[in-house]
Amino acid sequence: MTRAIVFAPKSARRGDVIEIRATIQHPMETGYRWDGKGGLVGRDIVSRLECRYEGELVFAVDLWQAIAANPMVSFFTIATTSGTLELKWTGDHGFAHTETAALTVE
Amino acid sequence: MRFVPFVLVAVSLAAVADTRRSGFDDMSPATQAMQRDDEQNPALLWLKDGEQRFAADCARCHAPASMRGVAVRYPAFDNVLARPVTLAERINLCRTRQMKAAPLAPESAPLLALEMVVANASRGLPIAPPDDARLGPFRERGRELFFRRQGQLDFSCAQCHDQHPGGRLAGSPIPQGHPTGYPIYRLEWQDVGSLQRRLRNCMSGVRALPFDYGAPEFVALELYLMQRAAGMALETPAVRP
Amino acid sequence: MNAARRIVIAGLGTMLLRPAGAAPETLRVAIEKFAAGAAPQTGRVTLEIAPLVDNGNVVPVTIRVASPMTAEDHVRAIALFNEHNPNTEMAIFHLGPRSGRATVSTRVRLATSQQIVALAKMSDGSVWQHRVDVIVTLAACIES
Repeated sequence: MTRAIVFAPKSARRGDVIEIRATIQHPMETGYRWDGKGGLVGRDIVSRLECRYEGELVFAVDLWQAIAANPMVSFFTIATTSGTLELKWTGDHGFAHTETAALTVE
Repeated sequence: MRFVPFVLVAVSLAAVADTRRSGFDDMSPATQAMQRDDEQNPALLWLKDGEQRFAADCARCHAPASMRGVAVRYPAFDNVLARPVTLAERINLCRTRQMKAAPLAPESAPLLALEMVVANASRGLPIAPPDDARLGPFRERGRELFFRRQGQLDFSCAQCHDQHPGGRLAGSPIPQGHPTGYPIYRLEWQDVGSLQRRLRNCMSGVRALPFDYGAPEFVALELYLMQRAAGMALETPAVRP
Repeated sequence: MNAARRIVIAGLGTMLLRPAGAAPETLRVAIEKFAAGAAPQTGRVTLEIAPLVDNGNVVPVTIRVASPMTAEDHVRAIALFNEHNPNTEMAIFHLGPRSGRATVSTRVRLATSQQIVALAKMSDGSVWQHRVDVIVTLAACIES
């Protein structure tokens, strides 16, 4: 079972710049490691993280093999309205995982 | 003979200053921040898993708050087996004896997650080896192993970690080697692991054949290392290079 | 892009390279592709990374870009490239006026001692950079 943790404030004032930290459990296999049997362990990485705020894309990052395993990404966004933050990770072999966080904006 | 009182005074004065350092103090500020800040500590992924497993399995008998103070006194003596057991072994003994469930594989993610949640409950508490005379012979065995030369490089643990802490081995700082935060997230593994996994790495480091997981030698070493670190604060889940 | 402009940009690119141990071809190509015609200028970007890392497998990185992050003037993208890993690209962050602050963090792998480059592409097309040299040593006691 894929595990991910999203740290974001539960509430903010309108206009506040809030920090979001998201970590997902993933080996980020580079494709350059030897498997001990003469071959390479195939590449298997998370290649993109998107953050949608009430459906609108407010942040995205493209990731490559150089990102460490169990990738953590931190970014900022402006608290505009109360609603849902949706973080979606996608990657090799059809990998996809979504976490949501509710945000109350006064 | 008249010099003996002077020597005794000098020794007791030296014993007052605690020169022990956790591996935390030997890390760069960026890695220290990774451990200190829950939002940055990758081990939280395993801790969250452990909390869920604890709630599903262990909470039938154990209130989560009752785990406070447990990890700091392990390894502890098990009456049935008539020997010391590590915290991981204790978790499995609970499963087989009380829950009639299959034990979890050594070093498996579920077992590490449970070990982590139990140890995390003692975060900040001083390591407190039990004052149990039955542990004596096993702890002494651990002390012998700590001082025994081994491997192609013919090093003992003591040579690096007692005699040369603060120095460097091939560019890496040598810590004093206190088990102050296990299970840890080791940057080298990009994974969570137990003290025994780390000790296996030490043994590979001196080109010795590592003991198997669960070997009595490892239990003895853990006993000695926890005594050596008695009083130091537990940091689980720690991050280490 | 006409030949004269290409020569000028290539010339500026050469000036920005370190005299000894110049960055390899793939890093230069990756920077050019990201910069899309703009000549990277040094400044406005701060790449925070330890000069001597604890372990090359997990290296915390923070990139801060000085920008008002308004609709008229903001950072569109931040790229993180390296010199000596098998892959030059490490991450490309996509920001906009809703970001509020142009600060991003992640953790990277470094195969060896090398130069890391952070580039920021602004809404006006200008590109800014910060290069940092990082020392990476191998861990001594590892899995066999």
